[in-house]
Amino acid sequence: MPMIYDLANPERFDRLARLTTPWMAGLAAASLAAGLYFALFASPADYQQGESVRIMYVHVPAAWMALMCYTAMAAASVTGFIWKHPLADVAAKSTAPIGAAFTFLALVTGSLWGKPMWGTWWAWDARLTSVLILFFMYVGYMALWSAIEDKTRAARIAAIACIAGFVNVPIIKFSVDWWNSLHQPASVLRAGGPAIHPDMLTPLLLMGLAYSFIFAALLLTSMRAEIAERRIARLELAERAPSEVAVS
Amino acid sequence: MRAFTALVARDIKLAFRAGGGAAQAVMFFALTVVIFALAAGPDRARLAALATPALWTAATLAAMLSFDRLFQEDYDDGALDAVLETADPLALAVIAKALAHWLSMMLPLIAASPALAILLNLPGAAFWPLTLSLLLGTPALSLLGALASALTLSLRRAAVLMTILTAPILTPVVIFGVASANAGATGDPRYPSTLLILAAFSLFTCVFAPLAAAAAIRFNAD
Repeated sequence: MPMIYDLANPERFDRLARLTTPWMAGLAAASLAAGLYFALFASPADYQQGESVRIMYVHVPAAWMALMCYTAMAAASVTGFIWKHPLADVAAKSTAPIGAAFTFLALVTGSLWGKPMWGTWWAWDARLTSVLILFFMYVGYMALWSAIEDKTRAARIAAIACIAGFVNVPIIKFSVDWWNSLHQPASVLRAGGPAIHPDMLTPLLLMGLAYSFIFAALLLTSMRAEIAERRIARLELAERAPSEVAVS
Repeated sequence: MRAFTALVARDIKLAFRAGGGAAQAVMFFALTVVIFALAAGPDRARLAALATPALWTAATLAAMLSFDRLFQEDYDDGALDAVLETADPLALAVIAKALAHWLSMMLPLIAASPALAILLNLPGAAFWPLTLSLLLGTPALSLLGALASALTLSLRRAAVLMTILTAPILTPVVIFGVASANAGATGDPRYPSTLLILAAFSLFTCVFAPLAAAAAIRFNAD
């Protein structure tokens, strides 16, 4: 895998990221525009939910991203933990705030959708509850990163926390589903539900695509910022004590 | 094995000596229940309905408050270095520490729970299911606490951070703990399966938490 090893060099990664970020941002803007057009104008209102079904096009892809980001974070954590690669640590660290933002978006839009549908801003619905717990897991991960001063140690410790959380995600999901089935006899939406109409699938997938590109653009930018920050810190340290620190 | 029992015995001895905190955890548990009762009002039927969730909440909070004792003091006074030198594997030492924590912090709390359940007017049929759910569920709390304590070892005043870290992953214990206690009290046919799930989570935690905690201690200690 020569490609991966090439990318492992922060210098080369930086060059590649600088090249691809505008493309990612452009694709994000294009697919977001198309997705929003289909979501807001070119798709029918639901016969049950009315116009509020359009919240789904913002909400569902955000929930997908919330899970995807945590998975990506766990994958980067495993990579960083096993091969001790700084770039994987940076990727894991940079994914967290983006994932937390998508999770927050999913929570807020879910709540906004819940008001007309359930008549309440918050129902202890199984999905909403497990997403809320996921949000706190992101918060804990970020808090751990910011609490430990030494970057290498912070990366290892945060990776352990992330992997431990990831292992527990299915159990938490299961427990919350089970808890919910005990307390709530029937949900507004039937399990399974009606098959989704193609007119509604188009905006949903376009929005999902847009979110993925937004994620890529933000991640690359954030990783470059983190790498630059570390380089500055290293240079400053080298300036202060030139004999003690090797300049890379 | 001798090192294992020695570590457990030492930690329990320390926990029950002056300033060890075993009594404090029980007091915290009791006072949380009292504050809850004061906040909920004296309506006996309502208190009875909320007794199980209240006791589980108080037990979880008391456990969280005591997590920083698991490794922090040993780290500060250098005793942890001795454990690191001699423990093989380190995960086993983590299990010893968690077991000592459970015996000295959780077990007194479980022993005190029937008295507090009386204060909350819990029906008699619910006593054993509640005690059993606490017995099966709280080991997972101690083990996850060991993990959180290991993760935040090199930090000062990490108590709040530790609650943020542990709260999400210990939600299954609370959910299944309360569910099991309720199912047992009402004669729900699902009662045996809730006990099994609770025990399964504690056993699963007993496998993965010590390994993760041992890795975290190694990274934090050097």
